[in-house]
Amino acid sequence: MSIVTVQLGQCGNQIGFEVFDALLSDSHSSQGLCSMRENEAYQASCKERFFSEEENGVPIARAVLVDMEPKVINQMLSKAAQSGQWKYGQHACFCQKQGSGNNWAYGYSVHGPRHEESIMNIIRKEVEKCDSFSGFFIIMSMAGGTGSGLGAFVTQNLEDQYSNSLKMNQIIWPYGTGEVIVQNYNSILTLSHLYRSSDALLLHENDAIHKICAKLMNIKQISFSDINQVLAHQLGSVFQPTYSAESSFHYRRNPLDLMEHLVPHPEFKMLSVRNIPHMSENSLAYTTFTWAGLLKHLRQMLISNAKMEEGIDRHVWPPLSGLPPLSKMSLNKDLHFNTSIANLVILRGKDVQSADVEGFKDPALYTSWLKPVNAFNVWKTQRAFSKYEKSAVLVSNSQFLVKPLDMIVGKAWNMFASKAYIHQYTKFGIEEEDFLDSFTSLEQVVASYCNL
Amino acid sequence: MTQSVVVQVGQCGNQIGCCFWDLALREHAAVNQKGIYDEAISSFFRNVDTRVVGDGGSISKGKICSLKARAVLIDMEEGVVNEILQGPLRDVFDTKQLITDISGSGNNWAVGHKVFGSLYQDQILEKFRKSAEHCDCLQCFFIIHSMGGGTGSGLGTFLLKSLFDIISKIDLMVNSGKLGTTVKPKSLVTSSSGALKKQHKKPFDAMNNIVANLLLNLTSSARFEGSLNMDLNEISMNLVPFPQLHYLVSSLTPLYTLTDVNIPPRRLDQMFSDAFSKDHQLLRADPKHSLYLACALMVRGNVQISDLRRNIERLKPSLQFVSWNQEGWKTSLCSVPPVGHSHSLLALANNTCVKPTFMELKERFMRLYKKKAHLHHYLQVEGMEESCFTEAVSSLSALIQEYDQLDATKNMPVQDLPRLSIAM
Repeated sequence: MSIVTVQLGQCGNQIGFEVFDALLSDSHSSQGLCSMRENEAYQASCKERFFSEEENGVPIARAVLVDMEPKVINQMLSKAAQSGQWKYGQHACFCQKQGSGNNWAYGYSVHGPRHEESIMNIIRKEVEKCDSFSGFFIIMSMAGGTGSGLGAFVTQNLEDQYSNSLKMNQIIWPYGTGEVIVQNYNSILTLSHLYRSSDALLLHENDAIHKICAKLMNIKQISFSDINQVLAHQLGSVFQPTYSAESSFHYRRNPLDLMEHLVPHPEFKMLSVRNIPHMSENSLAYTTFTWAGLLKHLRQMLISNAKMEEGIDRHVWPPLSGLPPLSKMSLNKDLHFNTSIANLVILRGKDVQSADVEGFKDPALYTSWLKPVNAFNVWKTQRAFSKYEKSAVLVSNSQFLVKPLDMIVGKAWNMFASKAYIHQYTKFGIEEEDFLDSFTSLEQVVASYCNL
Repeated sequence: MTQSVVVQVGQCGNQIGCCFWDLALREHAAVNQKGIYDEAISSFFRNVDTRVVGDGGSISKGKICSLKARAVLIDMEEGVVNEILQGPLRDVFDTKQLITDISGSGNNWAVGHKVFGSLYQDQILEKFRKSAEHCDCLQCFFIIHSMGGGTGSGLGTFLLKSLFDIISKIDLMVNSGKLGTTVKPKSLVTSSSGALKKQHKKPFDAMNNIVANLLLNLTSSARFEGSLNMDLNEISMNLVPFPQLHYLVSSLTPLYTLTDVNIPPRRLDQMFSDAFSKDHQLLRADPKHSLYLACALMVRGNVQISDLRRNIERLKPSLQFVSWNQEGWKTSLCSVPPVGHSHSLLALANNTCVKPTFMELKERFMRLYKKKAHLHHYLQVEGMEESCFTEAVSSLSALIQEYDQLDATKNMPVQDLPRLSIAM
């Protein structure tokens, strides 16, 4: 089955390029550590999911590129073409001249309706090219104007027109300081709207990925390109073909069915990704891994809310069963233990069948209303991913994102109380009530997650 | 990509404009090696086949034939514009895009605004309409003028008003106002940076160069590629929290005039520190000791996001931001540096440090107004009344009061407001 990716705005388009590049170069990698037949099956599955064929054999990404100004799309088109390995479809782009001015209202209320027909047409053509269509992967940021505002509008349209297909939004959480001044407004408007129309929100924080680049990859002068490549690596390790527990004879058909496992209840849609190991090529040559070691770290990352495998707080333990339940998580104290709703672990590489994931099945890790047998899933694949002999990725629906969400809502609320910048939004039809609606929905989400 | 039109009014406006066009040509020449008319160049220049007579000569693609500035030149005396048209940039300007008169405005705002305004209104609108027609997608008018003289100030503000009236949907208008010393009413304060104690051929050359560079840097992220683009409309979106508080203070580092092409490259972090020092501000003001409402950093050259973030973290503790915008930073990264430099930084701040400037202005104004000095020159112009003066002062007072109120919040502890509570 195939996924159609919709790349929105500068962020969405820059990341989308890195994702397709990472997927294809992993699929062409000679270090699969498996049989040739296995490798071919992997490549074929990867191709089917993300690329379509062209006459001269160059795969074309199943993607639609949308931006309200032309520079970034033009850059990504030429970068892909220059790689010689793959490219974007010629007619798969939609662009305008003026940009959205970091204004969510402009992206949502002006660009959205104005360009709805053209954008949906291009998407429809891309969907029609799929023999068997799984769903949409929408890449966007929440801080800007196009990705956030137009992204929310497009997702809503996809919900209306493709209600039977799955939609996952990959959303970039901006740096806490310094990207866009109105980023908190744009973020709360985006999240509250997407909560209604998307099936799952996969959230990546720039701050967290920046730390991975600094501490784990040892990059000195970190560029957005570095950040996007780390992100692409994480997404690749989630979306490349895997086997399911049920069948080890062929790769899972639907790449988006992970959502089925991870979003059991519509009130809880926020997912995050942690992967291990992650290091520079130089270090990789000198390190060996065991599954036991990797999984132990990954589990500790989960329960202690660590963003990466360094500096993990080892003094966090799950609550012991039999004792009275711990007081509900209070945001005023430091979050200690991270409760999960559902977790999915994907393991790739050598001796993967011997990996023991029992630690993730501990009921203490999960909220009481879902049994671990339903809350936890593991997928294993012999074929190694992107130069890592063994790698593990955790996609988690847990309290990971509550604190950042709470912070953003708090900052936006303080700004809203002073009415700063509101005139820029009301100018384009987003009124104070719309803001209040957004605040209400998100406070609800925060409260729900806190009370797990 | 969008286009912008530069409107240069009065002697000051035209002299700065001239510097700007010179620098813009150099910048695009350095980047555009193949001589192809691309989208970046089209933001400020048309490509014209000069052999074609009349209007039909525009070429939208292909090799550069002859570049014409998207400019309108307005002056009520001929000297300055004539000099431009005889100078090295003469071929860059379209002679149909000029409006000149002979006698000048005599440093009298009323003459510039009321007399020449009504006399030239139709012509002005016609030129604007023409320049807009030549654009695929016009985004912004840049209006360059001084506030101290008669044409720049009077006629400059008049055409602003007319623009608002006829073009209902203007996304952005940016004024680059230059303050100069005068002994006339509404006399103002010089804004010369301390770094400019150098020999230069003409007295205002160095200063004009700085303003011209500012305009170039402001638009660089819209014209050239980068990993974090910033368009012009993002400036107004992020830096104007309330419609009336739309005055921005800018600082440019490194500060350079055309002759200083061999400045040794400053350490990157020093560049950021300089941008916040009061010597680098293009207004005599000290933002570090006042309150920031918002701040934008537009970086050009080989600078990455980690450099930007490191410097923001480093400088943040010494800056005061208003309580509801504690992390009020807007950033952009443009890969193309300015000519002759490896990197540069333009900082735009919405900061209460403009208040002293306005207060001084009001004070000097009141000193003259109380004695009714020079008033008759203004009042004898048809359409000009005392109410024009009183309205102007009260509007200025209201503005100063707004800044006062913000300043009052300066050293108060930041408190989080009570949030909505949800029943579970």
